[in-house]
Amino acid sequence: MRLRVNQKHIPMFATIAVFLLIYLAGSVMYSNFFSLRVFTNLFIDNAFVGVIAIGMTFVIISGGIDLSVGSVVAFTGVLAAKLMHDYDVHPMLAFSICLTLGALFGMVMGSLIHFFELPPFLVTLVGMFLARGLAFLVSLNALPIKHPLVDSIIDFGIPLGFRTWLPATAIVFIAVTLVGVYLQHYTRFGRNTYALGSSEQSAVLMGLPVGRTKILVYTFNGLLSALAGVVYSLYTSSGYPLACVGLELDVIAAVVIGGTLLSGGAGYVVGTLIGVLILGLIQTFITFQGTLSSWWTKIVIGILLFVFILLQRYLSAAGVKR
Amino acid sequence: MVEAKGLKNNNVQRVLWPLMALAGILLFNLFFTPGFFHIEIKDGRFFGSLIDIANRAAPVMLLAIGMTLVFATGGVDLSVGAIMAISGAVAATVIRPDYVKGILEYGDVQPILLVLAIPLIFSLLAGLWNGLLVALIGIQPIIATLILMVAGRGIAQLITQGQIVVFIHEPFQYIGSGFLFGLPFPIVIVLLTFSATHLLTRKTGLGLFIEAIGANSVASRFMGIQERLITLSVYIFSGLCAGLAGLIVCADIKAADANNAGLFLELDAIAAVIIGGTMWGGRFTVFGSIIGTLIIQSLTTTILTRGVAPEVTLVFKAVVIILVALIQSERFRQLFSRRMGRRKVQIS
Repeated sequence: MRLRVNQKHIPMFATIAVFLLIYLAGSVMYSNFFSLRVFTNLFIDNAFVGVIAIGMTFVIISGGIDLSVGSVVAFTGVLAAKLMHDYDVHPMLAFSICLTLGALFGMVMGSLIHFFELPPFLVTLVGMFLARGLAFLVSLNALPIKHPLVDSIIDFGIPLGFRTWLPATAIVFIAVTLVGVYLQHYTRFGRNTYALGSSEQSAVLMGLPVGRTKILVYTFNGLLSALAGVVYSLYTSSGYPLACVGLELDVIAAVVIGGTLLSGGAGYVVGTLIGVLILGLIQTFITFQGTLSSWWTKIVIGILLFVFILLQRYLSAAGVKR
Repeated sequence: MVEAKGLKNNNVQRVLWPLMALAGILLFNLFFTPGFFHIEIKDGRFFGSLIDIANRAAPVMLLAIGMTLVFATGGVDLSVGAIMAISGAVAATVIRPDYVKGILEYGDVQPILLVLAIPLIFSLLAGLWNGLLVALIGIQPIIATLILMVAGRGIAQLITQGQIVVFIHEPFQYIGSGFLFGLPFPIVIVLLTFSATHLLTRKTGLGLFIEAIGANSVASRFMGIQERLITLSVYIFSGLCAGLAGLIVCADIKAADANNAGLFLELDAIAAVIIGGTMWGGRFTVFGSIIGTLIIQSLTTTILTRGVAPEVTLVFKAVVIILVALIQSERFRQLFSRRMGRRKVQIS
């Protein structure tokens, strides 16, 4: 049997290669880079990015885009803090309210996109303004989150040995990734997003529930953005209306670097997971290096984005010729 | 979809809605904000709320002019905010080349032409980069310009080494805060850019070519339109406009702030273009975009003068944009005309 690499998998292999390369370079150059602590920190520090990136993977595979995620994170975070801080709402209730609102927010955006045939980037741009404005309406300042239950959630962690812990936020990230993999590969919803992204017209002609899938994709992403807001507020123990400005770009970058085609129809949740880890790795690398300034992160992410987009372009062009 | 009405009629109708929205906001102010329409002349210069609105809107107007053409070709330029930051950073560095090394002396005063030309060349290159990615390599515009949006701000910070470069340079400051014929100089720049763009696109075939590319790029290539060249130049033009806007902001605050210059202004520009009635890929109106910018700015000013927290403006912006987008949506109109019991005849 001839060894054949499925063309769809090439971007993901490239992603894994880049990840290993950076990890190897870091491990060779700096002592302590290759440690369980650094590796678990990748999951802890990027938990909120990762949670949204999973949702964004579905959105981009379905051929859409969601620019509102950063603002939704800020809105839900600040709302949860406000509810707990000023109104003494139980944390679980506050978080449930936030998740419901996030899902509703996504559903409304999805409905606008589907029923009125508005371009996704326009609708979600409006969503971005709206959620940010609502966050300011809730509170103009950062609010602390203090509650015995929240403290115990923050302190909770699964010991991994070597004096490292896997805290609740990282567990949420990993759980969401697993749910994402399940949804993508073992449900009709997952199949439908691929069909929708490959060709909406064909999906309609095949009798797939295009409208429902589209709205569900945005609802799912809204829910995950709200979840990321909760994770973020746990991570920082506060709610801040100016949090996560520009997060949507990091998330999109992670998804693209993870090998998802921006034109829709191809990509994997697992690839996105590695894309998120690559972004985290670049940041860790720059921290270890010490003399490089924070703006190099942006430039390196930009260059990586460019390389991966070129790769995608080349692959899809090769696919057309075949 | 082609509506059964004349093109000319359609164009007028397109600007009518934004104009009415602007008139509505101004009317509100006429009744509720005393002295809103008051314009006085001091030292041969005009002062007043209306002038202030136009002056504050000037950078976004420039962005919107460039964005309109990009929008008409079916693209979008997300990198304009980052290009503004780059252009401001370069200008400040030209004025004080040693500032980032910690040397605070000025050295020779740089000629104004140099201070203007070098940042504009940088913005032209940035636009060229976007254009090459979109027109030659064929990357989707949202993504192609996303690269520079992410990396561009990093480049601007690299140029200023993460510092806020402050400077004093009389001729350059004139660009941000000077007056010509009694008008603030930024408004004059906008008027000049607008007239030039209008003449270029409406008195020559260029405007129609751009619209043709937006409507169907393959068909327009078969028609013999140099689709790639025009797309490329549209992005270069947008980059130049952004560079100019960056210079105005930088000269106005007498400093280059790579972190915050032009932050989120790409969203304002996109909003202005959409409110102004330009479709994504197809018919465009630069005048409409100017009106769109004025709507956003007068809304902001109105909210500020009413004493509402400025951050809440975002909610109003969002509501206005989505309403205008809905009104322009074909499906929304159909919904309404069906409700009214009329059926619109459409040729599609």
